[in-house]
Amino acid sequence: MIQIRNLIKKFGERFAVDGISLHIKQGEIFGLLGPNGAGKTTMIRMLTMLTRPTAGMLSINGWQLPQDEQKVKQILGIVPQHFNLDADLTARENLELHGRLQHIPGEKRTKRILELLEYVELSERADDKVQNLSGGMKRRLMIARALLHEPQVLFLDEPTVGLDPQVRRRLWDLIRRMATDKLTVMLTTHYIEEAEFLCGRVAILEKGKLIALNSPAELCQRLGVYVVEWNVDEGRQTKFFHSREEAAAFAGTLTMTTTIRRSNLEDVFVELTGRKVVD
Amino acid sequence: MLTDIATVFWRDWVVLHRRLGTFILSRMITPILYLVAFGWGVGRSVQVSQGNYLDYIVPGILALNSMNISFNSVASPLNMSRLYHKTLEEYLVAPISSLSFIIGKVLAGTLRGMISSVIIILLAYVFGAKFQMTLFFWLVIILNCLVFSSLGFVAAMLIPSHEEMGNFSTYVLLPMSFLCATFFSIDKLPALVRWVLELLPLTHASHALRAIGSGGEAAGLSWLIMLVYIVVLLGISVWTMEKVRE
Repeated sequence: MIQIRNLIKKFGERFAVDGISLHIKQGEIFGLLGPNGAGKTTMIRMLTMLTRPTAGMLSINGWQLPQDEQKVKQILGIVPQHFNLDADLTARENLELHGRLQHIPGEKRTKRILELLEYVELSERADDKVQNLSGGMKRRLMIARALLHEPQVLFLDEPTVGLDPQVRRRLWDLIRRMATDKLTVMLTTHYIEEAEFLCGRVAILEKGKLIALNSPAELCQRLGVYVVEWNVDEGRQTKFFHSREEAAAFAGTLTMTTTIRRSNLEDVFVELTGRKVVD
Repeated sequence: MLTDIATVFWRDWVVLHRRLGTFILSRMITPILYLVAFGWGVGRSVQVSQGNYLDYIVPGILALNSMNISFNSVASPLNMSRLYHKTLEEYLVAPISSLSFIIGKVLAGTLRGMISSVIIILLAYVFGAKFQMTLFFWLVIILNCLVFSSLGFVAAMLIPSHEEMGNFSTYVLLPMSFLCATFFSIDKLPALVRWVLELLPLTHASHALRAIGSGGEAAGLSWLIMLVYIVVLLGISVWTMEKVRE
């Protein structure tokens, strides 16, 4: 569905994205994971044609970018990181504008708007100005807008950033409900649990480079499913094991207090880069 | 393409329609001040070769006001949309051409300029001004609005902060407001200054409106200069839509 080959984006002399190649299959929920400045948003911006690549090949649904830009734009849904709803319009008018820009015929447009307002539970706030909606409502409205024209690929750039945990959970459920064989989802996040909960595969980026690519379970498996943690003067130490028994046996050899737990994507990231995702 | 232009225009119309009362009231203040100060105040002790000073300045006020309204209707909201609200992205990711977006925005700015021009014309009649209104008179106002809406588009897309938008108005629009044959004839100015002013579109809008308003005809050069500005600025606008994706 999405082919990325040797993608490069330079701002001046700095590489924001440095030679990334990826293939994302139809119906997949694919995550781009990495700390701030890793190049996640720049990747999404290039795929959504908001930023031109410096070099490399991009194709979506077999169409090349930027040559087939107008065709590709008809099958993309985009939820950016920032709220980019039109604050001078109501929730319904924002959807109406999007529907018109996507050339959805009048009757179908009205029907889809009603359906999606219902789907994201905003029917009762449809005629409120966007500026009067909460952060979670705005995010849900942006998702409704992105789905209005029945896209084949949905880009979610940090979809839950800045939202409280309850709202975040509701949005995760919404994203899981949306993902079907027909809809490919690519999301960026620096929330580890978000990537683990939602994504079939993740690409870990750092300083514009791809440093790991696999399912969250596979990445943890490769590192070791169990981790023993203990504290020394230099800080927290960790060691990874493939079975709980091995981990327990090792913990038994240590004289200080230890913790045994399952490894997660955060551990993968720390092992690969030497720093935490949220650093 | 026409549907896309209509969509872009529709969004601005929805916003304008919601605030139409406020828009009309706020657009009456400046023209009333101009008409009182220069028409009744200064105007009663000044005679110009064309006759009454009030009749002389109304075309100038129309030109400068339609310039300001058209420019500011596009420039400020679009600059905010690009830099702060990021709502421009909704159009950049939509399957519409850059030109459709530009024309939609420029026409929306032109509509606002036209509404404010209607207000001034009505006020000018109330103040006792006399001038002829023909189709060509309206055509000059439309062209002037198109020139400055397009300039507003270019400025919004190129100027890197909202603060600097204010500077652009101070250094470009404000001098034009006073110097481009709006309140006085530029015939007696030094040749070099006159030559520079003759290159600016507002001078030609003022000349053309004054000529038609007093029963004459606008010079061919005035039409040509306004048209050239529109074409060039629309061309630059298309380029800015690509540049914003760098």
